[in-house]
Amino acid sequence: MDIIVCLLLFAGLFFFTGGAVGILRFPDFYSRLHPAGKLDTLGLLLALIGLALFNLHHFSLGTLLTSAKIILIVVFIFLASPTATHAIVDAGVRAGLAPWIKGEKRR
Amino acid sequence: MIMWKKESHLLDKKEQENLRTGDLGNSNKDRPAIENPQSRRLFFYPFFLTFIIMCGTWVVLSGKFDPFHLSLGLISCGIVAYLSSDLLFSSPKIKGLLRQWARFVRYVPWLMVEIIKANLHVTYLVFHPRMMELIDPRIVKFRSKLQSDLALVTFANSITLTPGTITVDVSIDGDFKVHAIDKASGDPLPGAMEANIAKAFGEV
Repeated sequence: MDIIVCLLLFAGLFFFTGGAVGILRFPDFYSRLHPAGKLDTLGLLLALIGLALFNLHHFSLGTLLTSAKIILIVVFIFLASPTATHAIVDAGVRAGLAPWIKGEKRR
Repeated sequence: MIMWKKESHLLDKKEQENLRTGDLGNSNKDRPAIENPQSRRLFFYPFFLTFIIMCGTWVVLSGKFDPFHLSLGLISCGIVAYLSSDLLFSSPKIKGLLRQWARFVRYVPWLMVEIIKANLHVTYLVFHPRMMELIDPRIVKFRSKLQSDLALVTFANSITLTPGTITVDVSIDGDFKVHAIDKASGDPLPGAMEANIAKAFGEV
């Protein structure tokens, strides 16, 4: 059980790291949103499932409810994250920012 | 025949009365419920299902099982379900509702697999030393065949959730503009995902 929890947490951390590095490395506003909006979502999913499992170590009604709440957080993040990412992209398009294309200098 | 005429005449008179007193809204709201039992059922099932889901959420979030908290939950769930029963379930028939949700639940695991595959792809791009040569951002435009608003929103959110692609713009007619990070991410659109969503919403 502990091994599974550790694996999930480390996988989550790996994707979070990927998201952070991606924000720094990618060339422009739009491409930076790719790791920012979504590697975080998967990282959060893995990390929170790990936490929910760890929380069930001492099985009782209370811990079960806490785990259910953690899963609810995941569900709401999955609804909210793409919507927020879309809103940010939309803001960029409305402001007239042209996307970076191959061959340009990074911004 | 005469009776019917009389009755319809009476109804007309009542309507006229309502018109005169400015009670038009009320008569319009009441009439379908009286004349047509279908419309009451149309309201009841979505209400009941919303109510059950609300109660489940309440119990999970409150975690208290004494009569006071449970009755508070029942009251507030009733109010919320009454006000918003038409938001969650659009189809009026109970069988249609269950089938619709069963199809949607079947769609979720497929989406999860796609998300994980695509996440690995973007992570590979992020950590690749020659990342700047691999990525090739582009705007992909296409027209979706999906009809309902809910299907379009689900499609747009699914595109954004699978990494490498972000929905930039959706029009009400289904015109999509998608920002893709490289050729491999943008090419499969709309493709399998649209077909799966069409299946999930019964628009095959």
